[in-house]
Parts: sequence; C-alpha cells; structure tokens
Amino acid sequence: MFRKSIFAQKRAEAVRPSRRQFLLATASVAGSLVVATRVELSGLAKAATEQMAPMPNAFVKIAPDNTVTILIKHLDKGQGVTTGLATLVADELDADWAQVRTEFAPANAAIYANLFFKIQGTGGSTSIANSWDQLRNAGAAARAMLVAAAADTWKVPAKEITIEKGVLVHKASRKHATFGEFASKAAALPVPDSVTPKDPKDWIYIGKKVPRIDSVAKTTGAAIYALDIKRPGMLTAVLARPKLFGGTVKSFDPSDALKVKGVVEVVQVPQGVAVLATDTWSAIKGREALKVEWDDSKAETRSTDEIFADYRKLAAQSGKPAARRGDTDAAFKEAAKIIEAEFLFPYLAHAPMEPLNATIELKPDGGAEIWAGSQFQTVEQAVAAAVLGTKPENIAIHTVWAGASFGRRATPNADYIAEAAAIAKASSHKVPIHLVWTREDDLTGGRYRPATLHRVRIALDAKGDLSGWGHHIVNQSFVIGTPLEPMIVKEGIDETAVEGAADTPYALPNLAVDWHQADSPITTLWWRSVGHSHSAQVMEVMMDEAARAAGKDPLAFRLALLKDEPRVGGVLQLAAEKSGYGEKLPAGQGRGIAVHKSFNTYVAMVADVSVANGSVKVDRIVAAVDCGIPVNPDVIWAQMEGGAGYALGAALRDKITFDKGRVEQSNFDGYQPLRITDMPKIEVHIVPSTEPPTGVGEPGVPPLAPAVTNAIYAATGKRLHSLPWDFEVLKGA
Amino acid sequence: MINLAINDTLHEFEADPDMPLLWALRDHIGLTGTKFGCGAALCGACTVHVDGEPVRSCQMPIGDLKGRKVTTIEGARDKVALAVKSAWQRLDVVQCGYCQSGQIMSAIGLLQQNKKPTDADIDAAMDGNVCRCATYVRIRAAIHAAAQDLA
Repeated sequence: MFRKSIFAQKRAEAVRPSRRQFLLATASVAGSLVVATRVELSGLAKAATEQMAPMPNAFVKIAPDNTVTILIKHLDKGQGVTTGLATLVADELDADWAQVRTEFAPANAAIYANLFFKIQGTGGSTSIANSWDQLRNAGAAARAMLVAAAADTWKVPAKEITIEKGVLVHKASRKHATFGEFASKAAALPVPDSVTPKDPKDWIYIGKKVPRIDSVAKTTGAAIYALDIKRPGMLTAVLARPKLFGGTVKSFDPSDALKVKGVVEVVQVPQGVAVLATDTWSAIKGREALKVEWDDSKAETRSTDEIFADYRKLAAQSGKPAARRGDTDAAFKEAAKIIEAEFLFPYLAHAPMEPLNATIELKPDGGAEIWAGSQFQTVEQAVAAAVLGTKPENIAIHTVWAGASFGRRATPNADYIAEAAAIAKASSHKVPIHLVWTREDDLTGGRYRPATLHRVRIALDAKGDLSGWGHHIVNQSFVIGTPLEPMIVKEGIDETAVEGAADTPYALPNLAVDWHQADSPITTLWWRSVGHSHSAQVMEVMMDEAARAAGKDPLAFRLALLKDEPRVGGVLQLAAEKSGYGEKLPAGQGRGIAVHKSFNTYVAMVADVSVANGSVKVDRIVAAVDCGIPVNPDVIWAQMEGGAGYALGAALRDKITFDKGRVEQSNFDGYQPLRITDMPKIEVHIVPSTEPPTGVGEPGVPPLAPAVTNAIYAATGKRLHSLPWDFEVLKGA
Repeated sequence: MINLAINDTLHEFEADPDMPLLWALRDHIGLTGTKFGCGAALCGACTVHVDGEPVRSCQMPIGDLKGRKVTTIEGARDKVALAVKSAWQRLDVVQCGYCQSGQIMSAIGLLQQNKKPTDADIDAAMDGNVCRCATYVRIRAAIHAAAQDLA
C-alpha cells in the first residue's frame, strides 16, 4: 500500500554514524541486567553499531497521500510498543496522530536490531528504552528533510518554518502545506548527518495519553494474528509430541490418521509426528487417531515432589557464589535472632491467549517466508535456515500481531519455528504449511518458568538490624548451552536464575547468595519478569518478616536500607502515601507493601485484602512506578494492571505439576487463569522523571505476590511463603 | 452440503456436520475475527451470537445451525454492538487483543439483556471470558460506559 512512498526508496543509503553517538548508546546500556554486550548468531549480529545515526529511511515512510508510516522493529504482543514507538517519531515530526500508521519491520538485524541485544528481538522490557534515541533521531531527521524541501520550494529560511499537527507553515508568507505535498521532494534530499531531538518542553505526545494505534483493528476482528494467516493451498499441521520430556518417537502408525477426512499426510520430524490436513479441525482429529509409540528411556520420569526433594538436597550443599558481601558467617554467629524459610515456586506455563503457530512457505531458491508473531527474528532466521540448509538472509519473516507471549515466543532455539520448518521440509506437498499448537500442546509442551526453590536464613543483631542474609537458589538454566549464554551467564552464574536476589538494592552488609543449577529434560524459559517472578516474593516477604521480628514498621525498616537507592525508596513512599498506609483497618482486613526493581524500572505495590475463613479476596492494589520519562502514561497504567493481574492469577492457583514425568494440567480447567471475578481495583501513580525511559511490560509482575502475602499476614498473623498460596493454613484465621 | 447464515449472508460449503462453528468460520468462510483459545469452552475467545445469544463456537457443531442466525465480531454492528466497540476503543481496553472479540460479543449479549448492569452482573456475565493480559478493570469500565451511552 505504501510502496510508492519515497522515503522507502532511499533506505539503502545508510549514513555513517559518529563514533561518539555509538559510545553514548553503549554507555546507556551498561546498567542493563539481562541484556549485555553481544551475541553472535551466524554473523547476522553485526551492524547494530551503525544505528545511532539518524535513519529516517529505515523507520519513517511519508507518502504523497499524507500518511506517515512508522516501521516497528519490535513485536507488539499487547504491551503497546507499537503505540509508544510511533509516538517517539510522531512527536519529533509534530505529525497529526490521525495520519500515523504503523507496519512491522522486516527481519533484518543490520537495520532493525534491538540496540541492547545486537540482534533483532523483543524482550527484557527494552523496546522503548533501546529505541528512545534512535527513533527520536529518525523523526527529527525526517522533519528536517520535510522542512528543507518546503524552504527550498517557498524560498524562505528553513528556521522560519514550523509544523503544526502535520502541517508545514511559514507564517510570514502565509504559506502552508501537508507532509504529503513535500514527501517526494523531501525524499530526494540528503539525510542530515546529525540532528538534535526536541527539547522536552516542546513534546506534544510524549508524556500524554495518545490513543492506542491498535484499538480499532483489535475491536472489530480486523487485526491479523499469525493464526489468521491464509496462504493459497495452505495445509494445517498439528504435531504429536512426546508425552514425557526427553521422549522420542519409537514408531508410528499413520493409517487411522490418514482415514480422517481432510488429512492428507503424516510425516515424522525430529520433534515428533506431524499430521497435515486441509483445515485445523481435520488436523486435530487426525492427530487424535494417530498411533505413536514413544521411547521414554531418556525421559524425565520424576514427579513434582521428587523434583523438589532433589532441589532440597542441592540447597543443603554450597553452590556457586552469585553474590558475596561482608562476612555472613560472622553475622550468624553474633546474631540475636535468626529466621529461616523455604519458598517453593512451581513450573508455570505462559499460556498466551493465542497458542503458538507459524506459517512457512518454501521458496524455489531454497529460502522461505515465515509469518509469525515473531519475537526473536534473528534467532528464527538462523534456526529456520539451519533446518532448511540455507542462509539466514534467505529467510524472510513477516511479523504480525501476537496474541500475547509473556516470554513464550522468544526462545533461544526458536522451537516452534524449527518445527514448522522441519514439517515443511519433510512434507511431499510443496505448499505453505501452518503449524498450529492447541491449548493442550501449550500447557503440556514445556518451556515453563523454571520450578525454583529458595532457602533463606537471615540474622538480626541486638539492635534489630538485618546483619546477615544467606540465600540458596535452586533451578534450571534455560540459557546455558544456548547462543544466548555469552550475554547472560557471568562467571558461571545464570543471571536470570538469581536476579532480584543477588543484585538486591537493599544495603545488606553481609550477603551470600548461592546458585545451584538443577538439571532435567523439562524445558524452561523466561516467564514475564523472569527471575524476578520468584525472587521478589522471597526478598519482600523476608524483609517483612525481618521487620516484624525486629518490632519495626515494615515501611520504615525498608526505607532505612534504601538510603542510597532513592528511586526504590521513592516508589515505596509514594505507594504507601497514596494507599493510606498506616491506617487502622477493620478485623479480617490487611494491608501489605512490597517494592522491587526489575529491568531498570521501580515498582511498589500496596495490597489490601479481606480474609474470611481461608478465603482471600484482594480488594485493591495501589501501585507506584518509576520508569523514567513516562512516554505514554495510559499504557504504563495498563501494563501495571496487566502485570498485577498476570501475577495474581499465577499466585492464586497456577502450577504445572508432574506425575511420573507426565504433566497433570492440559487446559484452562486444570491450569486456571485469572478471571474477571478475581481482578481487584487498581490505581497507578507514575513518578515524574527526566531519566531516559525504561520498560513496563514486566516490572508490574514482581511486587504483586509479596504485597498480597504481606497483607495476608497483616490480616491474619499467618505467614505464607510458597506460591501458589496455600490458603488451607488460613482456615480458622 | 452445509448452509450457514452468518452476518446476514448465506454460506454454502462441503464440510463434516460435526465440525465446530469456530473452525468453519475461520478455515472455510474466512472470518478470522473469532479466535481459537482452548477448544473446550473454557476461555470464551471464540464467542459468537447464535440467534442473538452468546455461545462458544468451539463447541457448536455446524450441523446444529440449520435455520439459525450467526453473528460474529465482524458482523456485530447494531446499536448495542457499536456502543460496546466504541467504549472499548475510547478506553483503550485492548492489550494483545486476541480475546477481545469474544469479550465484546459477551458484553453485547449482556447489554442486550440488562441495560444497566452492576459490577456483579458484569462479573457474572463475563466470567467465562479469559484475558491473559488481565484487561478486566477496563472491560468493566467499558461495559459501564457503553451502558451509559445507550441509556
């Protein structure tokens, strides 16, 4: 539709970046925890260094029809980055929001890498943060080119031209024109070597509620997700996978599956046996009829209790040092009081509403086109290319709206893309193949948040100060042994396993955190907020216990340990103040606080609960968030609501459990998501800031469970630790 | 031969009468606004109206739909439907948006029966619709806003 837009024609002419700009960009990334220096994937991850120069041609297309189309290099899986990223460009252009369109960028790491990852990919709540300078520069350059075109035509000085809501204006000569009128001429001009983005006082959209760009398409059935892709002659594939993790195909009999009307082929691939049919229903029925014998000789056969028993054994030994401060042994020897606790966290499925799926079409030149809610485009290109025996650049990816992800679509081995490629390769029908996972596939198919055990021992001295903190964390690593290992694993420690504990912002004088790597064929993955999804519960519940044991107020106790962390302390104080913290509540009600820093964003929550005979209702959440400059306060608010709700659902009742290796949950009856009846009121307070923006997709998750756990204690005097909560112990309270 | 009246258009095609309406809509008729979420009537993503009543299309065999009128998100455009969609857009309810066709069809069904629903009425009517992004606070607010617009 926008092929004629002229900015697009100039994309090849990339401008030399200045070394200084790149160094600045690198420095701004240095504090980031999950994402670090670089990862090499088949040589694709090279050109991110070139991306701080203005690149209007890569990111903005201004068409003669006066539309401004902004290319979105990240996956929008609901977190609203499409709106936020478009806002950055539209603001620099002073465009009218009504003329703004978006398009997902093609897979091309040389142009569209995540500047923090150096590959094209979305995660770690980095989309806005890594694009902040890049997209404002792109918008500013596009603006300068439009202004230069107008100045030349009107024979007036460029600096006298202003832009008001998408209209170029020269006041003195009363000339005005739309962007569309100058689109062709502007495109023929050279891209400026450097530009200066707007002064914050001139922002028209940043910091304000700009309507979501996807609201209309997503309320009319028009938005196209991967599952909605239809290609001529397409076959739908569903895959029979091993019942146990680590199982493999021993043999299979396709004859009954092939009798199902609509089924056209059954093929074996490394991941299992695929049934291909003319529609989804027939493929599902075909798989039900398919007979497969599995070889489980190398499979996981333990049950959940056995897995945790093994974790306990590991936690009793010394592990790898993830953090060491001061002398914890001495602190425990001299302690006035010692508190110990064990926290268990189950495997959790991400369960995005749209099950995993992708369409792949093999090309005569050996390459392929893929349609997917693609979250790690560079990895997916590399993996599909390896399966098909071609080069990554021969894999074109069309990224489309994703029906959520919560981490599930970003896998170091591009699991479902590899399946689709393998099926297309194995099939004798050289037609587009749409691989579809069912909900049962999703819940039993692995890539779970790793089950995790924390064992914590804390010491209080005679003054009631926290003098020692000893902490063991046991879980699997989903990073070690993958291409992402060099960027995330430091001195043998997988940062995603221990984050939020090993790097606690609390000024603990004596701290020892040990990590124990557990092993299992059960596949695991980052789950919205990753390690923070469990570490925040441990840190913030123990902090509460310590304060109570010391006879101190939990808020004051925390603030005393956060004197050097004003942003952590700041959100905590703001949430406390807005919630009425300290008020006396009626019997059966409780108020609890928690604060957690994750992905360079600071979130505190105050939870109000009502407890009656073992049933808990979360009545209200008051959240305070400091994410730097708030690009779109309404989207931030929405992510705090969503993060709190996602965390609450998991903490109330979600767990993936195993019976002799077999997953016990298969659909939303056994794995029960949060429903509207569970959803508390929530209010969000955003800290005004001039710091560069950080992400909000994940940081709303970590503080929810500990705030509620602490509120339950305030209401009942009963201390819960593990998740999901076991409310049985509250009966009679 | 199957005959289906969908969004005031008659569709005739060859298919197994046991096929759930969800898959007929998506794979045979090309109406992909109705979503697959669980295939077991546990999530509501596939909600459509049959003769004006919200039903889970993943559990509705097409063979049972003779002489009945199906309305999907694409065809929902009466006064109540437009008020609901408009409220959803004004309040920016959506996040990933995948469940929202089903949410909207359930909300339209509620407002056709109950012009001024309370929070409890909303919770009761909407409890079968899962939103993993947890947009529930805004769903409640948007239903109230739509009710107000219709009053």
